[in-house]
Amino acid sequence: MSDLTYKVPTMAEMAAANESPEVLFWVGCAGAFDDRYKKVTVAFVKILNKAGIRFAVLGTEESCTGDPARRAGNEFTFQMLAMSNIQVLDMYGIKKIVTACPHCFNTLKNEYPELGGHYEVIHHSEYLQQLINEGRVRLEGGETFKGKKITFHDSCYLGRANNIYEAPRHVLEALDADLVEMKRCRTKGLCCGAGGGQMFKEPEPGRKDINIERIEEAIGTGANTIAVACPFCMVMMTDGVKNKEKEDAVKVYDLAELIARAEGL
Amino acid sequence: MILPETYSSAMEVIQQVIFIVVLGIAGWLVFQRVQLIKSTINLGKPEDLTDQPQRRLSIMMRVAFGQKKMFDKPLVGILHFAVYAGFILINMEVLEIVLDGILGKHRLFASFLGSFYPVLIGFFEFLAVAVLLACVIFLFRRSVAKVARLQPVRHREMNGWPALDGKLILIFEIVLMIAILTMNAADSVLQDLGSAHYPKTGNFWFSQFLKPLFEGWNENALIIYERAAWWFHILGIFAFAVYVTYSKHLHIILAFPNTYFSRLIPKGEMKNMPEITNEVKMMLGLENASGETAEVPERFGARDVQDLSWKNLMDAYSCTECGRCTAACPANITGKKLSPRKIMMDTRDRLEDVGRNMQANKGKFVDDGKSLIGDYILEEEILACTTCNACVQECPVLINPLDIILQLRRYKIMDEAQAPGSWNTMFQNLDTNQAPWKFSAGDRFNWTEGLEQKSAG
Repeated sequence: MSDLTYKVPTMAEMAAANESPEVLFWVGCAGAFDDRYKKVTVAFVKILNKAGIRFAVLGTEESCTGDPARRAGNEFTFQMLAMSNIQVLDMYGIKKIVTACPHCFNTLKNEYPELGGHYEVIHHSEYLQQLINEGRVRLEGGETFKGKKITFHDSCYLGRANNIYEAPRHVLEALDADLVEMKRCRTKGLCCGAGGGQMFKEPEPGRKDINIERIEEAIGTGANTIAVACPFCMVMMTDGVKNKEKEDAVKVYDLAELIARAEGL
Repeated sequence: MILPETYSSAMEVIQQVIFIVVLGIAGWLVFQRVQLIKSTINLGKPEDLTDQPQRRLSIMMRVAFGQKKMFDKPLVGILHFAVYAGFILINMEVLEIVLDGILGKHRLFASFLGSFYPVLIGFFEFLAVAVLLACVIFLFRRSVAKVARLQPVRHREMNGWPALDGKLILIFEIVLMIAILTMNAADSVLQDLGSAHYPKTGNFWFSQFLKPLFEGWNENALIIYERAAWWFHILGIFAFAVYVTYSKHLHIILAFPNTYFSRLIPKGEMKNMPEITNEVKMMLGLENASGETAEVPERFGARDVQDLSWKNLMDAYSCTECGRCTAACPANITGKKLSPRKIMMDTRDRLEDVGRNMQANKGKFVDDGKSLIGDYILEEEILACTTCNACVQECPVLINPLDIILQLRRYKIMDEAQAPGSWNTMFQNLDTNQAPWKFSAGDRFNWTEGLEQKSAG
């Protein structure tokens, strides 16, 4: 369909060609392995290609940032992973990193400096906003979102953890969509239930699952698209929609997927 | 009948002596408690929170002095502000009362302030009425409207003393305000009668409306009521000062240092463990930055209050159990055992127990076989946390329950090696495949297949 041939250069290739990228795209474990989230990675890479960004990925040289281990209380595993990641990043002289995962983002940005890794780290919501503002990404040639109801689910590690509330909303506003807010949004945003290692274990006994509580609120807005900006939120919200048997009426998408669709990619 | 001069002046001296003795006792009791609280906070590990003094001061001025976060709920914010402003400003009148008590005078400031005095007292009365109204509304919210986050039925940590404490304080303040207003009314009536010891100040703004209550009272009865109300008011304040140190109401003092020493780093950032950094560097064959052989710490993470930082402990004393944290906690909302408020209350309970232990053992803590995790906070509670920072975000005095939870988790996982099975699997995956799921590291770049398929189509 598109004339573009998408390229995903690795750092190893770039270094061999004596080149350096504008920005390193940190894919993250979900972005690399989770079937649903791989689509987000692909969408983001298409956007970067179309915008002509000189980016690279680490490919098989990337490891988990260690976030889930650290939050669960396993500092050894966290620091082992962090140290080896820092070794790789420093070996390639990485200065700037963009990632779609708020957990990777938080760890790389806030926790690697203490271990000797200093990089400019931005989340893809901020990066997309920049690209749109600079005119490097133009929302034309694809699907129109005009008048479509979208609600945005704040991820804890973007919002409260790092005070990023507006960038993802600006991206959605650029789509010209009808952005409807849940009652618990921004600083009051309710967690999807996956952070702090919860993604990797069964929840403790309770009345209901956190993602069900959240999806009820999201569906209650009447939006037919729930926009997320985090791989964990994506899983939890998608499961929530399934639980409510609303898969046909309500869809969960990452910001990058919506932008890629608006660009016709 | 008017009391004979000699009798009444003897009474005055006795009153003066009693007053000074009571003031001394109250001061001594408060001092003892402050010392104990200080020494238990000092049990905590050092944490340097003195950088950026300008920024800290500005946070304290906005959050503690200006009560910025209380206005998240505007109505409650205004009411709370009234009680707070009333508390601070009416204390200026308490200063007069204390000086009157020591010196055996009555309305000492009236002679200095002249015509401004009734305005000042009028303003205090305005505050007293505002405090009275606010406390009545608060009591109503707790007892009749049953605001969910304050109910023991919904939140087990509020059972017994905490729920009573919350109501007692309000009743206390209501009674104190009634005392001050009726005291002023009786005083005004006495002034009208030309009673010798009551200098003319004129009517006060609000208490004048209470004067009809005292119509027909004779001078002695009025003096007795006025004195009784005066004594009740000041003794009440002394009792309050002592009570506060045992109560959730410690926040009226600690809100200030607690906001000043709050953490300025992003909420998402977890504190590093340098002792582990050294070990990891050695394991990876990296140069040990400090050049020394890594000291093996006594313990990883926190098992008890002594393992937490002093700031975590001050947080515990600063908590006023309002439950905004718990009301925002996703785990609690969905019926899990975790309640961030309970984390703070348990930490304080443990500290109070440790403090009593120290008092009974000449200032040294003697092991009582208990620990914060296990005997106060359950593993099930800390496991339920999603680290979403909603509790941290909500706290009006910048308490951080999450920091305590994470330190307890570190102890459970690293020191006791007790993790849920699926977390152990996740750790294993991370150690062997560098991903939390069971995927081979070599497959990490396979996602590009999706890209090729699409572009080919």
